[in-house]
Amino acid sequence: MDRAEVETRIRTLIEPFNKKGVAVDEDTTFAGDLEFDSLTVMDFVAAIEDEFDIIISMNQQAEIETWGQLIDAVNTMQAK
Amino acid sequence: MSEGIAQPDKPAELTGNTPDLFSKFDPLIQQRANLLDAGVEDPFNLVMERVLSPTRAICNGRDTILLGTYNYMGMTFDPDVIEAGKRALDDYGSGTTGSRVLNGTYQGHRECEEALKEFYGMDHAMVFSTGYQANLGIISTIAGKGDYVVLDIDSHASIWDGCALGNAEIVPFKHNDIEAMDKRLGRIPEGAGKLVVLEGVYSMLGDVAPLKEMIAVAKKHGAMVLVDEAHSMGFIGPNGRGVAEEQGVLDDVDFVIGTFSKSVGTVGGFCVSNHPKFEIMRLVCRPYVFTASLPPSVVATAATSIRKLMATGHNKRAHLWENSKRLHKGLTDLGFQLGTSEPQSAIVAVIMPDLERGAAMWEALLKEGLYVNLARPPATPANMTLLRCSLCAEHSEEEVGMILGMFERAGKAVEII
Repeated sequence: MDRAEVETRIRTLIEPFNKKGVAVDEDTTFAGDLEFDSLTVMDFVAAIEDEFDIIISMNQQAEIETWGQLIDAVNTMQAK
Repeated sequence: MSEGIAQPDKPAELTGNTPDLFSKFDPLIQQRANLLDAGVEDPFNLVMERVLSPTRAICNGRDTILLGTYNYMGMTFDPDVIEAGKRALDDYGSGTTGSRVLNGTYQGHRECEEALKEFYGMDHAMVFSTGYQANLGIISTIAGKGDYVVLDIDSHASIWDGCALGNAEIVPFKHNDIEAMDKRLGRIPEGAGKLVVLEGVYSMLGDVAPLKEMIAVAKKHGAMVLVDEAHSMGFIGPNGRGVAEEQGVLDDVDFVIGTFSKSVGTVGGFCVSNHPKFEIMRLVCRPYVFTASLPPSVVATAATSIRKLMATGHNKRAHLWENSKRLHKGLTDLGFQLGTSEPQSAIVAVIMPDLERGAAMWEALLKEGLYVNLARPPATPANMTLLRCSLCAEHSEEEVGMILGMFERAGKAVEII
């Protein structure tokens, strides 16, 4: 799976959490632009983990602020 | 009225380019100011001027029934407990002025640990200065770099802070969700150490964890299991050892964390374990080593209270269950929305529509002469505002009836029911 496909899949996953329909690009931030609180983050992360059969620890989540960083991180993890 | 803080803090006025480090608190300062400006008595600044019994105090000048103390077994005024504390003050002085590993282990600390070992039927017991420090110390020390801590998202702050203090990878799962826990454990890389952290009773909604199923899953994945039984000690389980005992899986729990500040009726925390190497914790656990030990009077009251709970606790448990069931049913019948559909512990959480009406209801109850805990985000799950009631074995049947009357009048006045 390449990065573009990873992004396409995560775009589908984020839809139910992007309640205000914010336009998401590489620099979109989860805390700022998307206003994700900790519960939303947990549910969204769980959806990604289940989709790609990976684990994204909170330590790793702390390094991910933007959409681009998330796609990069998941792309790296799912390739392993 | 409270004579505490007469006015709330004010949002910072900044000059120049250097940020005021307190600016990050401005939203909270504003929220608090709005609440107090509306004329509500400050829910987080209550003063108990006199304490009359485990269930009664003079609060902000009023005779008040206490329904938010976690003093489940009512041991705070037990004559034997008080006598033990007084004797220890006379014999050993007011404090140890030292760490447990230096000059801070007195005979009383050893006796307290012996009492805990007997209470839980375990080989090792380690007493910390608070329950918070017990979680902080044990979790941060046993889960190191490269290890994984898998924990319930609704875990207590002390568990989260234990995770933050340590260097392990932290993986939360949805509250009490066995499948979500199973999946996460299954994805942890081969060879990594695993610690599953659970609670017996979750203190916000008063619900109980399906420990039997969850611990079986944890063991299937080879994880060690830590269970915080702070809110079940003395009350739940045939010997008051907690939810794991009640569900028949205490033998599979590697570490039980508990506190003296609830059923035991004083302050302090502990971990009990059968791990053969457990005693090394005393040398490597920084929140144990780098703080002063509990005062002699505190460990004397704790040891006496624990032994008394062992000997006579079963007499009080039935009445505490009766109180919990009656309050739960009474509030349900009045039309309040509660945290659990059935009473599962001695905590009954009443869900408020929002913080403003929650604070108004809290104040109306206080004026009726009833103290409960107002719990609000971020301490609560799903950003709920809760009025958390915790019952005591010393609440009389008559008092529970009075409490229901107070809830009815206050709830109607605030238009929640």
